[in-house]
Formats: sequence, structure tokens, C-alpha cells
Amino acid sequence: MAQPTPAAAAGRKPRKPKSSHTSGMSRALVRRETISAYIFLLPSLLFFLLFVVAPMFICVFYSLFDYGLGGLGDFVGLDNYIRLFQDPIFHKGLINTIIIVVVAVPTVTAFSLWVSSAIYRMHAFPRSFFRCVFYLPVVTGSVAITVVWKWILDPYNGILNQLIGTDGYNWLGESRTALACIIVILFTTSIGQPIVLYTAALGNVDASIIEAAKVDGANKLQVFWKITWPSIMPTTLYVLVITTINSFQCFALIQLMTQGGPMNATMTIMYQVYYAAYRLYDLGYANAIGVILAIIIAIFSAVQFKLAKTD
Amino acid sequence: MSAKATTLKANKHVDLTGTSTGYKVFVVVVLILVTIFFLFPLYWIVTGSFKPILEITAREPVWFPQEPTLDNYTRLFENPAWRWLFNIVFISVMAMVLTCITASLAGYALAKKRFIGRAVLFTIIICAMALPKQVIVIPLNQLMTQFLHLNDTAWAVILPTVGWPFGVFLMKQFSETIPTEILEAARVDGAGEARTFLTVVLPMIKPGIGALAIFTFVNTWNDYFLQLVMLTSKEEWTLPLGIAKLQSEMSTDFGLIMAGAALASIPIIVVFIAFQKYFTQGIAMGAVKG
Amino acid sequence: MMKRFLALLLTLSLAFSLAACGGDSGETTTPPASSAGTEAGESAGDPVTITVASFNIGNFTEAGAWDSLITAFNEKYPNVTVEIMPVTYADGDQQLTGLITGGGSAIDVVFEGPERIISNYAKEGLLVSLDDLWEASGSDISAGIAEVSQLDGTYYMFPLAAAAHCMAINYEAFEAAGALQYIDEETRTWTTDDFVAACEALKAAMDAGTISMAETGIIYCGAQGGDQGTRALVNNLYSDYFVTDDGSSYNINSENNVKALTLLQDMVNDGTMGVSASYAAAEELQAFANGTCAMTFCWNYSNYTQYAEQAQFTPFAMAFPSDDGVPELEMAGPYGLCVFDTGDQARIDAAKAFVDFVCNDATYGVEAVKTTTFFPVHADWGDIYADAEDADIRAPFAQMSDYLGRYYTLTPGWVNQRTLWWQNLLQPIMTAGADVQSTADAYVEAANAGMAG
Repeated sequence: MAQPTPAAAAGRKPRKPKSSHTSGMSRALVRRETISAYIFLLPSLLFFLLFVVAPMFICVFYSLFDYGLGGLGDFVGLDNYIRLFQDPIFHKGLINTIIIVVVAVPTVTAFSLWVSSAIYRMHAFPRSFFRCVFYLPVVTGSVAITVVWKWILDPYNGILNQLIGTDGYNWLGESRTALACIIVILFTTSIGQPIVLYTAALGNVDASIIEAAKVDGANKLQVFWKITWPSIMPTTLYVLVITTINSFQCFALIQLMTQGGPMNATMTIMYQVYYAAYRLYDLGYANAIGVILAIIIAIFSAVQFKLAKTD
Repeated sequence: MSAKATTLKANKHVDLTGTSTGYKVFVVVVLILVTIFFLFPLYWIVTGSFKPILEITAREPVWFPQEPTLDNYTRLFENPAWRWLFNIVFISVMAMVLTCITASLAGYALAKKRFIGRAVLFTIIICAMALPKQVIVIPLNQLMTQFLHLNDTAWAVILPTVGWPFGVFLMKQFSETIPTEILEAARVDGAGEARTFLTVVLPMIKPGIGALAIFTFVNTWNDYFLQLVMLTSKEEWTLPLGIAKLQSEMSTDFGLIMAGAALASIPIIVVFIAFQKYFTQGIAMGAVKG
Repeated sequence: MMKRFLALLLTLSLAFSLAACGGDSGETTTPPASSAGTEAGESAGDPVTITVASFNIGNFTEAGAWDSLITAFNEKYPNVTVEIMPVTYADGDQQLTGLITGGGSAIDVVFEGPERIISNYAKEGLLVSLDDLWEASGSDISAGIAEVSQLDGTYYMFPLAAAAHCMAINYEAFEAAGALQYIDEETRTWTTDDFVAACEALKAAMDAGTISMAETGIIYCGAQGGDQGTRALVNNLYSDYFVTDDGSSYNINSENNVKALTLLQDMVNDGTMGVSASYAAAEELQAFANGTCAMTFCWNYSNYTQYAEQAQFTPFAMAFPSDDGVPELEMAGPYGLCVFDTGDQARIDAAKAFVDFVCNDATYGVEAVKTTTFFPVHADWGDIYADAEDADIRAPFAQMSDYLGRYYTLTPGWVNQRTLWWQNLLQPIMTAGADVQSTADAYVEAANAGMAG
């Protein structure tokens, strides 16, 4: 199973010398390094290939078939994909997924940076208190958080309606508010880790450089953009990556709160994969959605990584 | 208020030293409000788990259980809730241990070895890192059932979790901080690959492994989807899955569900508060040079 | 190197998983190997294990409910180990789809209605024929039930019990609101006008504070489960059918059905009826039991037993309102069992023997029917509840069986239709005020398109 990657690597061999580290090395050394590297990589690669890469290939294969409960049916070529692009539910799911990511990722990043910059100079106790508070929803667990919010938002027995007097308003049952509720709850479960990360990173920024800049007459904004921001860039990259993963994968929230409704207002692509496979028994179609989702995410991650890296 | 809001906007990312008192007050007020917002669900889980059905369904807010009852817990333990707790701990710990081992080995190789295929491999890892498990769940389920015969066991959740390459990415980032000179010094001293890794690399990436351990543990605990799809029989369910199942079955029997949520979250919260320092230090290790 | 590692890994994982699961056989009833079977056709030979997926029908909510049946079965068939896997309507589809598509023939028997057994499993060619069981013991089963137990002339399901889906009202709330005048307590029927008048009376009483409730009723449309309730409500209001007479098209855009949907939409708009797109039937039932709403559209004896303890009032079973006062109810069930084609003849035979035992044994079959809380499909068994303690509580549910109407759930494209019913019909009309006729037309078009697929 481990063949594809080394094979792909072999194909790249001629272009390899451009790397400054290998260029000075003898062929024997390169070979030795390569062998030892792959021995180190082996356990991890094994899991990766067996449980991620191989299923991904099978997924692509299935997406070309009519596949129901009765097993693999006729080869239908790209029919599932054509159907996908004509499916209004998929369009809705795609838009919702984009909304979630585009709203949640920058908000989480900006808000956690703001909170961190507010608390990192505080005394040890309040600092760890706030860090703790914001991290609690993460350790509480997505399912526990989801079920308590479902109760809070319940139209008849929920505390929210009782508090603000909107008796009987159905937060999760109205398409106007359902997605917003999902995003807010996702937000509370997402900012814990970024805040811890930013608090640590801001604490590591060299204070003497900031002082020097201030002496030179730089204003706060300049100090931030010229000194603080670049030095916390690696943290920002990491925060972006984990928040994106979190946002793309908010499955429990949707499955337990709205099941994609009302009127597909909270349908996301990942929920549609589950929905098509396990509710409509349309496995070929579900796999086609999965493949498209995988492509979108791969591009998204790669672009994000490149942007943050070159900044 | 609007004047303060504009102040906030202008100063958004600036540290607090030397800023106006008005802004400081604003920050404290916002932090306190957000704190209430964040703590309330937890408070509601704990108090709700002790409320009798009439208080749960009351039309007026019941801020504190008027007639506390253990009935919800009694009903919860009519289910194999301890077994569910054991299952989720077992799954999270095993996934954590295996991920730490495989990812620290692989991360080190990716960061410090110049080998053929490195760039391609790293690109693949970056692309696959954020891949949702929903995408490949159908083949994964078949793999577990037909080839490995591990369906409906904890391993059907553990093994794919270990396969996810995020840990490798994290450990690669961390291993890059190891000075290459130290590795070369070890080689000059005649240390083999294994010894170099165990005696030189491992001590240096220990904090990173801590970070990865925490990250993997928490994420596996929260990976409701994989548990939902892979675990079918009641004895094999995990506590989060069990609560979710109770919720879909018993719908708005919120007292029972809050009892489950409390059982699922209180132990891990206690551990978190007790080891808060290590948690935050460990997580903060993710902030090392990227 | 890699092969060895893989082998090691697999061995390790297997060893671990065995250690983790070993010694735990909570739901498995392993029979003693003695007391060999005597009847012909019983294979006293090799041990066989069959897995029965049991939907939460009546009191079959957990594995323990099957214990006495399995013990009795094992006296006749000591070599068969029966493992029960309880599944719920909330996530049973997901679990079974996972097991079926996962391969490995994990399932032998499913206990459900034709809605899944015939429309899904039989249609996909997953089941074995049960013609022989029908031949032997099906003669006293009504033609209507026999018809829905088969696909293209072959029987794939053997039925056990059936009932009628009905609704229920909160008797005390109706009394306090002065709305009892609108129902016929004798026949448990009411007309559409009565229904509207009753809801208006309830609403007035709620507004006046006479009764403390949030809604008269809740049209739940949060997807999954209980679709029969809202469907029967719409169809009965102006006495129409859900599919056309020849079964070739869905019919919700007919004049009378549109009239019914419009009436409900108007009631929602003026507050005499509630709606919730985040509630499924289970939530609505809970709201009924809590006294949040004064009626439920998803009622039967099994729900009665589940919620009776909680309810601080008298739930009074009613037929759905209809303009002519003659309701046509949908059948709950018939619930029965089917046998999956696992390719292993020993397992198939064992599974068939189990189905035969559960559905046809003179003693334990009756026991099984009682556990469902519904009524036997075998006419020859008569009134099995005649001597039951709760005979008077059951009486209204038996009465509902007189109003049984047409059976729709085998219409092609049913699964697809069911998701459209919530997302594309009830939700837009009831929560977003969509135009009824055009929404219903679009729904029928989409549902009919699903018939072909």
C-alpha cells in the first residue's frame, strides 16, 4: 500500500537537486537519508494510506457508479457530478458552508486576538481565569454543548425566549436565525484554543523591540502591524488552520440541532454527504459530494497555507 | 457607547499599556459579559441535571433547582453510562498514544531529513489535513467490516483518527526548532538513527508531544461523527454518542440529557482545571515557529 | 518489513479488540447445548448466530424485551444464538445502512413495517422469499396486510401486529376551554368545522389565561419520524388521498388537499395552530405530555404507555378531523419481520425459523404481539387483550382500527417523498408563508420524479 508516495517521489527525482540541502549531498547520502526518513515515516504513512488515502480513492471510484442499498450498480460516468451541479440542495449547502467558514474563521481569529491582547498583560490569576473560561466549551465537548444549547433555544421551554420575551419564537426552526445560531455556537466552541495560542505568542514578542519602536515615535497601530503582527504570524497560520478544520467539520451541531433544516437553511456539504448516504441510501451520489468537498478543502488548505507562509 | 465602540475599532489589536481608562473599563465589561455567556451553558447543564421534569418544562425561568432530584441520574444509569464513559476514555487515550508515537517519528523525519519525495509528501499532508471524515466514511466502514473485521469496536474509531495527518503537521512544525548542529554532533559521536531520536530529538520535542497529546485527546473525545457511524451496538457507544442517542430518542427530556452531558463533561473539566497549566503550556507549544 | 509490521499491527489490534470485547455478552443468549430439537426441519447441528435489528416498536425498545421469546425459541432451536440489536426510528436508517453497505452480511432479520422492509430492502434484492411461511400460516391474515407484505407477488415480510395511527387531545384542557362540545366522545370523531372551532376556543382560553399552554397543537416538521401524523391531518380535513387512485402520482396538489393546507396555514397565521420546524414527532409528543400543547398528531397505544406516567392530564385518543366526520386513518405497521439473504443457508434457515416462531407460535406469538401493544394480524387469534387489566384503556385504540383507510407507504419514491414532505412542503407553507398551490405543485413534481428513480 505504501507504494504510491515513493513512486510519486521517484518521478520528481530529476527536479530534486534544486533543494539547497540535498544539492551538496552525495548520492549515497541522499539514499541513506531517504531510507532512514521513510523508516521514521512508516508507521504514520501506514495509517495515513490505509485509513485516509485508500478510502479516498475508493470514494472517487464509487462516485462514478449508481450505488444503493443493494450494492454497486451500473457505471454512470460523471452523472452523479452532473446531478450535483443541478441540485439546489447542493447549491444551498455549498453557500452555507462558505458562509460558515467565511464568517467563523475571521471572527474567531480576530476576536481571539483581541481577547488575548487584552488579557496577556494581566496578572497571572485573571489571565488564567479568562483563558480557562474560553477554553471550557472545548473540553466540555461538542455534544454536551450542543444539547444544552438546544434546550436554551427551545421555543417553549428554552431560557432564551423566557428571558427576552420572544415567547414561542423558534430560533432553530426559522430559516432567518437557524444558521446564525449554529455559527454562534460554533464560535463558542472554537475560540478557546486560539486564545491560549495568542496569549502565549504575544507574551513571546520581544518587548525591547516594541519599546525601541515607541521611542522612535511609532504609534500603536504601527507597532502592531510592523512588529507584533509579523512575529505572531506562525501562530496566526496555525489558528487559521485549526479554525478552518473546526468550521468545515461542524457536524454534531447540525445533526443534533437542525438536521440541515429548516428548508435546508443549515444544510452544509458535509451534512449532505451523510444525509444522502444514510437517509436517502444514495451512496454513489454521497461519494460524489464527498469528492467535491475534498477538492474544495484541499484547495482551501493549500491556498491558506501558501498565503500565510509567504506573508 | 458608540464613541467607545469606535475607540475599540481603532485600538483593536493594540496592547493595553498606556491606553485610556475608558477603553480599559470597556474591555473589562466586555470580558465579563462574554464570560457569563461562556459559563452559562455549563451552569445550565449542571443545574438542569438536578431539576425535576416540572422545572425543566416550566414556562418561567427556574434559575436554580427548587426541588433538586437525582431522578435524572437514576434514569441515566439505566443505560450503560459507565461503560460509555470507559469507551470514550479508552478511545481517546489509545488514539492519543498512537498518534503521538507515529506523528513524532514522522514529523521529525519531515522536518530534519532531506529525502526524496519530501515536498510531495508534505503537500499531500497539507491538503489532507482538513479533510472531513464524512468524505470517506463509506469506504472506511467497508474496510473496517470486510477486511479488518473491526466494525463496531473501539478500534474502528481509533485507527482512522491516528491516520489523520494533522499530528504529523504539528510535529513537523515543532521538530523544525531542533538545531541541526545538535543532530550532526550526535552523528559525529557515532549515534545511530534510533539513538539520536531517542536521546536527542525526543527530549527536545517533548513539549510538542504534550501539545499534540492534548489536542488529539480533546479532538477524539469530540469526534462525534466517527463514533456515530462506526459504533452500532449500545455497549460499544461512547458517552457523547450515548447522550446524542438519548437526545434523538427522548427528544426534549432535557433533565436526563443534561445528566448525561454533566457526566460527559465534568470529569474532563476537572482534569482540565487541575492541569490547566500543562494544558495551556502544551497548547501554546503549537505557537512555535511555523 | 512493512508486511511484517502490518501483520503485527493487525494481530495487535485484533488481540486488543478481543480483550476489549471478550467476556461481554450482555445481549447474547447462549443456549445450553443439550435438549436437542425434535421436530422435523430443525437443524440440531452446527451452532448458528443470527442478528435481529429491532426498531423501537411498542415496548420492543431494548434487547431485554426479546429475552423471554428467545429463551422459548431456544428450547426448540438450541443451536441458534439470537443477538438483538435495538435501533430507533431516529437513527435506525443510518445504522442499518452502515451495516448493509459495510458488507459482511451483518444483519439476518429486521423487525419493521413494509415502509422499509418492502420499499427499501426487498426492492434492493436484499431479502429471501417468505412464501413458504405464508403458505403454512398466512391464511387468516387480511388481504390488505397480505398485499403490503409482498413485492411483485413474492412475500418478503411476515407480519406480526398492526394498529391505526390517530391523534389525541388533552381532555382537561378541552374541558376548561369549553371545547368538548366539538368532539364526539362516543365515536371519537370530529368534523373539520369542529376542529377549527375547538382550536379557536382553546386559543381564546389561552389568551384569557384559563389554560396555561403555549399552542393548541404543533404541526411538527423537523424531519425524521411521525410523517404519518401530519399527512393524515392534511388528507382528512377535506377527505382526500395522499396519492391518486391509480397510485401513479402523488396527490397533495389536488383541490381538496390544497384547501386543507390553506386552512392549516391560515390557522398558523392567526395563532390557532402552532408550527415548529425544529420539532420532530418525538418532541411534539413530549410537548403534549408536558402540557405545552393541547393535542398531538402522533398517537397510538405505545405512545400512550410511554408518556402516560409524565402526563398530568387525561390524553384522549381521537380520530383525525374530517369534513364529513368520517375519518380514514393510516395503518401503523403492519409490523413484521423479514429475512436477509446472507448467502449462508444455515443462517437463513435459522432466521426463518425465528420469524416463524415469533409470528406464529400460539403462545409466544401472542406474547410478541402484546409487547408491541398493537393488535394481532392473525384473525384466528381473536381479542388477545380481552382479559388484560388495561382493556378499557386499549378499547379506544381498537376502535380506531374501524377507521383504517388506504395504505400509501409502498408508493414508489417514498423515501425521497418523505424528506420533501418536511423540507419542501410543510416548512415553506407553514413557517415561511409560501403560496400553497405552487408549493404543492412543485412538491408533487419532485416527488413524482423520485418515483422513477
